[in-house]
Amino acid sequence: MTDRLRGKSAIVGTGHAGFGEAHGLTAYDVMAQSALAALDDAGLRLSDVDGLFCTMMEDSMPALMAAEYLGIQPRFIDGTMTGGSSFVNYLTSATMALDAGLCDVALIVYGSNQRTASGKLVTASRPPAYEAPYNPRYPISAYAMAAARHMHEYGTTREHLADVAVAARSWAQHNPEAFERGPLTREDVLGARMVGDPLTVRDCCLVTDGGGAIVMVRAERAKDFLKPPVYVLGSAAESSHRQISQMKDFTVTAACESGKRAFAAAGVSPADIQAVELYDAFTINTILFLEDLGFCAKGEGGAFVEGGRIAPGGALPVNTNGGGLSCVHPGMYGIFTVIEAARQIRGDAPGLQLDGIDLALAHGNGGVLSSQVTAILGSQNTL
Amino acid sequence: MPDATGPDQIFQRALANGEILLPKCKDCGAYHFFPRVLCPHCHGAAISWKRATGAGWVHTTTVVRRKPERGGDYNVCMVELEEGVRMMSRVEGISPENVVIDMAVTAFVGEAEGTPAVLFKPAEA
Repeated sequence: MTDRLRGKSAIVGTGHAGFGEAHGLTAYDVMAQSALAALDDAGLRLSDVDGLFCTMMEDSMPALMAAEYLGIQPRFIDGTMTGGSSFVNYLTSATMALDAGLCDVALIVYGSNQRTASGKLVTASRPPAYEAPYNPRYPISAYAMAAARHMHEYGTTREHLADVAVAARSWAQHNPEAFERGPLTREDVLGARMVGDPLTVRDCCLVTDGGGAIVMVRAERAKDFLKPPVYVLGSAAESSHRQISQMKDFTVTAACESGKRAFAAAGVSPADIQAVELYDAFTINTILFLEDLGFCAKGEGGAFVEGGRIAPGGALPVNTNGGGLSCVHPGMYGIFTVIEAARQIRGDAPGLQLDGIDLALAHGNGGVLSSQVTAILGSQNTL
Repeated sequence: MPDATGPDQIFQRALANGEILLPKCKDCGAYHFFPRVLCPHCHGAAISWKRATGAGWVHTTTVVRRKPERGGDYNVCMVELEEGVRMMSRVEGISPENVVIDMAVTAFVGEAEGTPAVLFKPAEA
């Protein structure tokens, strides 16, 4: 989106359900519980929703399945599937649809029961024909090869990767909603079971159940709701490939471009951002996105995360809920970057609430570093 | 059997005959991989096929860790070919941990998952 849409829409409700293990529930049950929680947060009802923005890991028409389950007949629907970034991407399409009057109440929603259903990634994707014969483990082999290349080119170390996991855990330890809250040291990460060199199981996100939902309206009516509105100041996407074998430079993601345009639309720069919520499917992600979004120079991400800089009390708060590494990761994590950013701004974050957060960034990643979507959210003070 | 017509068919049938053919754009002269009906660089639709020299270098690599009873650890890597394209593959003949970035490798047609596939071995010094 461009600066013409800056601040035209606002998040007025967030909700989640089924964090950790949602025994006995289907993915659509968790989706619906999340929707109800977000609408309750906003003081709205399902019958008010006329715009639906949804994708799921199962089915080829999940948005239709979700509308049917919820018992609504939306007049605007977007089920664009770019992987975990989809839900950050919906901030753009929801803002456009709201601004154009194509809907009045937009519901962004997701749910998954992948932990209790199978214990591994549920996906309707077919393995890519020119990769499948070599049996890469999807998606970890892709991220492992990106990490290996980053280490080769820039001297990034396994200790740097471990520091990302340790920082995420230290945020999670303050968050009662987080799934993994036990102590975690650099040595624990380094000594954990190797799953795809150079990544150990502690470099990988959790496999949990869970769902999330966001309710958005046009900015002019945003003050009429129960919680302080959180405005979408800028959001932008860029897609570079689908299969990891087609990634041009394994150390540079399209977040370079999505970030640049999101910052331009919002009229702010990385130095202005007070809380950073990144899609950390693997520890290398956090390093890549901090570089590509401009929080540090290319190649310096490893050194940047050392010494607790992104942990509680550090110079830059990153993944303040514990992230996909320690809070929740139900197949696709993207929606939770937006929910945590919004809650930090509203002042009702479930874990460590930072003081006076007016500007936060949410960044979604989809596929295998394939789709990058950046959003800048702000309080009333930033309009 | 009728002649192969689609790019995937042409590539796969050559492989079945022990040959590695790479698609090359007749307009801009650049190679691409995977095979497709257009050049992803200049978007020209005139594609020729050239036999790969087989020379390449490991661009990045990982070891997929697997329990011994399920077959043990194996290599997955990206190889950059002399022609300028990259493909996913594995290096055979050495242990997966010994596959390292920048090592020179040579392509051969082997078998993966029961079908002909491009595999690599360490280049002879």
